[in-house]
Amino acid sequence: MYEFKYSKASSVDDAVEKLKASDDGKFIAGGMTLIPTLKQRLASPSDVIDLAGAENLAGISTDGSTVTIGAMTHHADVATSDDVQKAIPALAVLASGIGDPAVRHRGTIGGSIANSDPAADYPAGVLGLNATVVTNEREIAADDFFTDLFETALNEEEIITAVRFPIPDCAGYIKFPNPASGYAIVGVMVAKFGNDVRVAVTGAGASAFRVPEMEAALAANFSADAVADISISADDLNTDIHASAEYRAHLVTVMAKRAVALA
Amino acid sequence: MTTVSMTVNGKEVSGDVEDRTLLVQFIREHLTLTGTHVGCDTSQCGACTIHVNGVSVKSCTMLAVQADGADIKTIESVAKADGTLHPMQAAFQENHGLQCGYCTPGMVMSALDIVRRIPDVDADQVRHELEGNLCRCTGYENIVKSIVAGAKAMQAEG
Repeated sequence: MYEFKYSKASSVDDAVEKLKASDDGKFIAGGMTLIPTLKQRLASPSDVIDLAGAENLAGISTDGSTVTIGAMTHHADVATSDDVQKAIPALAVLASGIGDPAVRHRGTIGGSIANSDPAADYPAGVLGLNATVVTNEREIAADDFFTDLFETALNEEEIITAVRFPIPDCAGYIKFPNPASGYAIVGVMVAKFGNDVRVAVTGAGASAFRVPEMEAALAANFSADAVADISISADDLNTDIHASAEYRAHLVTVMAKRAVALA
Repeated sequence: MTTVSMTVNGKEVSGDVEDRTLLVQFIREHLTLTGTHVGCDTSQCGACTIHVNGVSVKSCTMLAVQADGADIKTIESVAKADGTLHPMQAAFQENHGLQCGYCTPGMVMSALDIVRRIPDVDADQVRHELEGNLCRCTGYENIVKSIVAGAKAMQAEG
């Protein structure tokens, strides 16, 4: 790791002040991506500003129509939350499949989505469940949040404070994980809200994306058969040593069918 | 340099560290508690697993400064002061749950965290829960047996 100066933020405002005062500061949430990145010397921030002690950023609440998860809430807490398990079981399933138990004790929902890793699970959950990303500046619709590979709509000094999920009629999430890392080679969240259905894919493209053809088919007939014959183009999908773009395109259909069956 | 203070295995400790010092470096090099191992240094293998405020954490992927004020438990805290093994450690010994032993401290710390969450854990659950701990010798069979036996022994002890 290159040298950096570490500080703890007491609040979101304090974190923003500290970032403004730094040359090239970075926020750290759980650090499950940032610390490995620092260790590989792929980042060299002047300052690392820890959000772990900032007040009012962790916790889960529900009001009957939405579940709100504080940005610094750990994956393990989402996975085991009674509120989440009752209202959106697919989201608890998603959280329980991230990394491994020790990683889930440190990693946070805010950190995960702010990073917009193309293979992370939460982007499919946020997009598929039509969540709203709440920041210190505004509210961002999931459709506007994930913009590109490791890119989001967040401004430089913007901090996610919470993610608000509307409770669907039903939803299902499943991924085809890389057997070594557990990251999604392809993961699909399917959610039904009345007559609307959302299908969101992670792992396959530069960032999470929706599949309108599948959504329309499922809105007319919410069954795995409805998406069985819908395949997406491999153009612009990710290719790496683990899976080709064509294989990922194939997996999108397979995972979508399974996600519908789980919903 | 930053001064960090924390409770490690029930003792108050402090030290001056660079902000980039990893928690595992602080534990091994400053506190000379070398039972916690570094296997991969990329948060894959789990040899560095310790407990931070009661839950399992990979100490190679946390900064020492992040642990300021925390309650830390390492493998050195598991056996009794007189050397009597913890039931989980005894189960590893009885079930031949190790060969070279490099991964064992992390396996035992993860095992204790599994039992905290799932007191009557079965073999299938252990296999699933151990996804963050790698062993290159045993093929896991005896580790799984050890953890199931250790969990039973812990329940019997109450």
